[in-house]
Amino acid sequence: MIEIDNVYKSFGALEVIKGVSLTVNKGEVVSIIGGSGSGKSTLLMCINGLESINSGSIRVDGTEVHAPGTNINKLRQKIGIVFQQWNAFPHLTVLENVMLAPRKVLGLSKQDAEAMAVKQLTHVGLADKLKVFPGKLSGGQQQRMAIARALAMSPDYMLFDEATSALDPQLVGEVLDTMRLLAEDGMTMVLVTHEIRFARDVSDRVAFFRNGLVHEIGTPEQVIGNPQQPETIDFLKSIN
Amino acid sequence: MFDTSFTWNDFLYLLDGAWVTLQLTFWAILLGSCVGLLCGLLRALLPRATLPLSWVLDVFRSVPLLIQFVLFNSFKSIAGIDISAFAVGCIVLGIYAAAYFTEIVRSGVLSVPFNLRRASRSLGLSYLQDLRYIVLPMATRVAFPGWLNLVLSVMKDSALVMWIGIVELLRASQTIVTRIQEPLLVLCIAGLIYYVMSLVVARLGARLERRWQEND
Ligand SMILES: Nc1ncnc2c1ncn2[C@@H]1O[C@H](COP(=O)(O)OP(=O)(O)OP(=O)(O)O)[C@@H](O)[C@H]1O
Ligand SMILES: [Mg+2]
Repeated sequence: MIEIDNVYKSFGALEVIKGVSLTVNKGEVVSIIGGSGSGKSTLLMCINGLESINSGSIRVDGTEVHAPGTNINKLRQKIGIVFQQWNAFPHLTVLENVMLAPRKVLGLSKQDAEAMAVKQLTHVGLADKLKVFPGKLSGGQQQRMAIARALAMSPDYMLFDEATSALDPQLVGEVLDTMRLLAEDGMTMVLVTHEIRFARDVSDRVAFFRNGLVHEIGTPEQVIGNPQQPETIDFLKSIN
Repeated sequence: MFDTSFTWNDFLYLLDGAWVTLQLTFWAILLGSCVGLLCGLLRALLPRATLPLSWVLDVFRSVPLLIQFVLFNSFKSIAGIDISAFAVGCIVLGIYAAAYFTEIVRSGVLSVPFNLRRASRSLGLSYLQDLRYIVLPMATRVAFPGWLNLVLSVMKDSALVMWIGIVELLRASQTIVTRIQEPLLVLCIAGLIYYVMSLVVARLGARLERRWQEND
C-alpha cells in the first residue's frame, strides 16, 4: 500500500505540490491526469525517493520513504518506475540493461539474472533483441525494454510517468498493451498519462491534478465519464 | 651517391633517447591519469567543495611547461629533495597531464544525462554502483579521445625535459647534429621516430573507439 499524506514539495520558491493525500491499495491501478506543470511527475519521483519532500509523509508498505533511517535502495527494489524518456543505458545491450540491477542490487547469479531478464524481455516481445544495443531499437522497443528492466526486479509497485508521450503515434499501442497486461496481472500501478481512454479502461481510480493538488478523484466513470468540477471538465475537453 | 656520416650507432643512440621518451610518457600518463581521474571525479561530483582545486590545476595548465620544469628542478635542489632528474620530469609532466585530464574527466562525467542516473538509481543501484556501472563506462567513451590526445601531446612535450639534463629523443638528436652537422637528416629521422610512436598509440586508440561506436 502507498500512503501519501499531506505532502508538500517546493523547488526553491516554486511550490509544486501543495498538500496531496492519496492512498493506493494493493492491486489497485490509479491514474493521474492533469495539465502540464501540475506536479504529476514530481509526485511520482517523491514516491520512490528520487525527490525529497518538504513536509507530510509517504509510506510504502508502512516504510516511511523520506525518513533518514530508511534504506532507500532497498525500498526502490519494490517500486519500479518507467519514465517518459525511456532512459536505456546506451553502453549495455538490451539483455545487460535488464540484468544489471538484478545482478548488482538483488545479488542474483549470472544465470538467474539472465533467466529473469530473458523472461521479462520475452514478456514484452523483445526476445529477439537480447544482444542488440538500445541505440538500434525503436522508441517503442526501448520503452518496452525499460518496462522489462523495471519488472526484472520483481517490484510490488509500478509507476509510469507518461510512458507513451515521447513515442510516435504508431508505437503507442504496443507499449499500452504491455501496460494493460501488467494491470490485468494484478500489479499495483500508479500511472501518469494523457491517454484518457486507456486510463478509463485500466484504472480503478482516476485522480485529476491541478496546481499541485488532487482536484477531483474517483472511479473512471465518475472523473472521466461524469466529472463534477468545472476545471476537470475543461481539462478533459482541452485534450480531446 | 648518398653520403652521410650518420652511423648505425647514432641510430641506436636515437632509439635509446626514444626509449627514455616512452618511459617518461608512460610514467607521466600513469600519474596524470590516476590523479586526473580522482580530481576530475571530485570536480564533477562536488563542484562547490572542490573549487579551490580547480584554481590550483589552472596554474599547472597555464604556466608554460618549461618554466614548471626549471622551477621544480631548482626547488628540488633548494629543498634538498634527493630524486633524479628523470623523476622530476615524470612528476612535472604527470601533474601537467593531471591538470588537463581533470577537465577531460569532468566533462565526461557531466556528459552523462541526469535522467540516466535517475533511472539507474530508481532500480535500486546505490550512488557508488551508479558511478561504477553507468557513469564511468559512459564517461570513458566521451573522455577517451581527449585522453588519447593528451598522451600524444605529453609524448611531444616530454622533449622539454632536456632542459633539466635528461637525454631523450630530441636531446639525443641534437647531440648528433652538433657532431655530424647534418641537421635535416637527423631531425627527419628523429621526427620519424616520434611519428611512429604516436601512430602506434593513435591506432590502438582508434581500434578501441571503433569497437564502442559500433554499439551506438
Ligand atoms: N528539478 C526541478 N527543479 C526546478 N523546478 C522543477 C524541477 N522539476 C520540476 N520542476 C517544476 O515543477 C513544476 C511541476 O513539474 P512536473 O514535472 O511535476 O509537472 P507535470 O505535472 O509532470 O507536467 P507535465 O505534464 O508537463 O509532465 C513545473 O513548473 C516544473 O517546471
Ligand atoms: Mg511530467
